[in-house]
Amino acid sequence: MIAHYGYKDGSGDFFISIDTDKCTQCSDKPCLEACPEKIIELFTDDYDDEVVGIKASERNKIKYTCLTCKSTFGAGHAACIEACLLEAIEHSW
Amino acid sequence: MITAGVDVGNMFTKALLQEGGRVLSYAILASGLDRKRAARETFRQALIKAGVTEDDVCNVFSTGAGQDEVDFAAGTVTDITAAARGTLKIFPMARIVADVGAEGAKVLKTDDDGRVLGFTINEKCAAGTGSFLETMGRALGVQLEELGPLSLEAERAVTINAQCAVFAESEVVSLIHAKVPREVIARSIHEAMAGRVSSMVRRVGLQKKLALIGGVARNKGFAAALEKDLDAKLLIDDEKPEFLCALGAALLAAERDAGQLP
Ligand code: SF4
Ligand code: SF4
Repeated sequence: MIAHYGYKDGSGDFFISIDTDKCTQCSDKPCLEACPEKIIELFTDDYDDEVVGIKASERNKIKYTCLTCKSTFGAGHAACIEACLLEAIEHSW
Repeated sequence: MITAGVDVGNMFTKALLQEGGRVLSYAILASGLDRKRAARETFRQALIKAGVTEDDVCNVFSTGAGQDEVDFAAGTVTDITAAARGTLKIFPMARIVADVGAEGAKVLKTDDDGRVLGFTINEKCAAGTGSFLETMGRALGVQLEELGPLSLEAERAVTINAQCAVFAESEVVSLIHAKVPREVIARSIHEAMAGRVSSMVRRVGLQKKLALIGGVARNKGFAAALEKDLDAKLLIDDEKPEFLCALGAALLAAERDAGQLP
């Protein structure tokens, strides 16, 4: 399942997309530790699989929350993207 | 076997009873500040309408933003899975479900077996939800129920640029002062909102077999604007579009009870 978390506003689309089918094959889930803002969470989905998602309280402000992390890693990169060896995470901006 | 689904939304709580896939009753109440109480009362009303008692109900599943507050539910299911299950019961051919309610919108995509392949949720602003229409209707001095039919009278629309409900309202006020006909403004409002929802549809991947559910599905002006934007004919349950998540939860409760779910 591709879960798109985020929003669109006047300045653009801000979505973090996670391919949760890959999370089921990922035992260490390194993105959880890697996220400096701790906005990625682990949960059990409706198919009883352990996957990750963006915390509900954070989804409407990722443009701001992720800003420092994304600018540290440079265009197209971020701590979560780098940590995920299965390439399950994509950002729209 | 009678089962129930209780969908606790931020604005409204819905309960539905079903038996063997046949809907027995449904009820809706404002969620208010005490969502636990709203859930219990809505369920009670659904029981009364169906002429059954709580003891006749084998299993209850809850869903929605307040799903964890339904203390009499035996299980919970996310509103994504519930929307998919409920919609596919009514429209087995649907592969995209756009759920547009008073305070939120979500779009999900399923495979042929009803498994959710992807979803997107509008988390930011009211501009893609029913409360946007309510705000715009107020600015225009039109009742919410009249806004959709009014928009269908217009032969053209103007572009509303604002991505935010607050700024869109001031644009609408400017259009009123510029003497733009009310029906044209109404159509423009619906097209602006449809644009928000269709961008969510495109994010999960546009397919033609698309169902529109949620309270806003009752608004013919919005449905027409979304059909035009997506160039697709929408599948809409005219009778109870806002109850399909509750239906999905009730059906999943039955399947769990029958051992078909983990
Ligand atoms: S590291 Fe990648 S695959 Fe592993 S849990 Fe995180 S997002 Fe999923
Ligand atoms: S971009 Fe950085 S802050 Fe944002 S979710 Fe990924 S790791 Fe966390």
